[in-house]
Amino acid sequence: MSVLVIAEAREGRLNRATWETVAAAQTTGPVRIAVPGANVGGVADELATAECEMVLLLEDPALEHYTADGYVLALASLIEAQAPSLVFLPHTYQTRDFAPALAARLGRSLITDVTAIRPEGDRVVFVRPMFQGKLSAEVAAAGPAPHLVTLQIGAFRGDAAARGAAPAPVQKAEVSLDASRIRQRPEPPFQEAKGAVDLSQAERIVAVGRGIKGQEHLKIAEGLAQALGAELAASRPICDAGWLPMDRQIGSSGQTVAPKLYVALGISGAIQHLVGMKGARTIVAINKDADAPIFEVADYGIVGDLFEVVPAIIAELKR
Amino acid sequence: MKIAVCIKQVVTREWGLRVDEQKTWIRDADASFELNEPDAYALEEALRLKEKQGGEVVVCCAGPARATQVIREALARGADRAVHIEADSLASGDAGTVAAALAAAVREEAFDLVLTGLQSDDQGFAQVGVVLAETLGIPHATIIMEVQVVEGGLRVKRELEGGWFQWVSLPLPALLTIQSGINQLRYATLKGIMAAKKKEIRKVAPSGDGARMQEILALYVPEKGKTSQMIGGSPTDAAKGLVTKLRDEARVIQ
Repeated sequence: MSVLVIAEAREGRLNRATWETVAAAQTTGPVRIAVPGANVGGVADELATAECEMVLLLEDPALEHYTADGYVLALASLIEAQAPSLVFLPHTYQTRDFAPALAARLGRSLITDVTAIRPEGDRVVFVRPMFQGKLSAEVAAAGPAPHLVTLQIGAFRGDAAARGAAPAPVQKAEVSLDASRIRQRPEPPFQEAKGAVDLSQAERIVAVGRGIKGQEHLKIAEGLAQALGAELAASRPICDAGWLPMDRQIGSSGQTVAPKLYVALGISGAIQHLVGMKGARTIVAINKDADAPIFEVADYGIVGDLFEVVPAIIAELKR
Repeated sequence: MKIAVCIKQVVTREWGLRVDEQKTWIRDADASFELNEPDAYALEEALRLKEKQGGEVVVCCAGPARATQVIREALARGADRAVHIEADSLASGDAGTVAAALAAAVREEAFDLVLTGLQSDDQGFAQVGVVLAETLGIPHATIIMEVQVVEGGLRVKRELEGGWFQWVSLPLPALLTIQSGINQLRYATLKGIMAAKKKEIRKVAPSGDGARMQEILALYVPEKGKTSQMIGGSPTDAAKGLVTKLRDEARVIQ
């Protein structure tokens, strides 16, 4: 089954999640890679080192800065012209902004957040998380091809993407884009409270989630962090509630960390959190729910009440 | 400003999920349900916009009869009225089905602004809002952390990954998918709960032209990717066991 990969670049730099998408596509069938943007020839050349039939350069001044409308217009006509069996995209925030509209414009199905792909007869079975990762579903796309598929970040290994013996041809694709049909007007991306707390350098991190129940209980986690010589961090809901500042957030919308020790207190382990911390060398999870997805990535797990277990750990560390 | 807020009823996070006999959905007959969290933030944002701009907030929900629970809750928090596109099949409907059910009802109301949560806690497609915008033919922006009403439309703050943001302007009518944490939620007052009882919930049947996107073939508890050592016993024993492992086996503390 032929696969068209849609690459993602920002400011002329390739998002490395694209390599994960290429690796996933290579397990499925002959691959072509489309690179939308303006002045993205360098990105196209980089991707041409992958084992693929060709790289399609989709350049237009109107694609210089990402807009949902611009991408839907440009990619809808490309997909119609290429008529692949499948279209693969990384499940990034940018993809999430335009891919559902692209699929709807084409009248095709979109399967999101896929973690595994299994060809089965003349169809493909996709595995995706449901219920915050507590369950996995095997799903098949309905309706005619091409089916659009977004791949969960980190589910496939980018360094596993096969490289070609020689660079693949880079071909300019026809773009007929009426810029007046782009309704969004984007401003340049910016970072807020830049580098206030750089958790990526921390050797040990104690992170709290919903299980902490109230801001007044944070001192239990602070006590453990102090006893371990660790930085305090949190999952998104804790920062949303304002219990800890946003710059202490770990996950897809916050910081990505890889400390020697990561202790997750009352964190269920939604994928948005896991992508930010699963690179930690040793992961400890303490949660009252034995089925919490955090235990899937933990090296050591304790099923129990953190309000009992954490003081016991602090006492043990002080002995 | 006439604002629609699309909400979904989902099983509570605390409920222990069990797969049904066909192994394609959950046994939800005895489950407890709540308002999908990002949708609660979308509702709050709509109420704040109404307080500043005037107008009306209408809750739109495509779901089974039991979804009345979250519709009443939204009305108690301050929404003016509701449209309930009611069908049992919508409980497990895919993004295409739910978006089509919402589109038919939302289109005839001609809203200035449509808000949804960025994704649901159950199926987590992160699609319904964007597909709805495309179906209605209106512009959209996703994962929004701030909304400003400006000359000619909206200026909204989109969350990008890794602590980056971006302002985007777009004309009205428009659709936004709202990120959790955009505001601080209000809860229903007793007065609100009493007032909600008199508010209109208009029930409509889905128009039935929704294109199905996917079929669930199997649903199961995922296998563990990594062998975790579970440390049991009393809190004191578990704490001792853990500290010993961290010192002697993982060697991450002294």
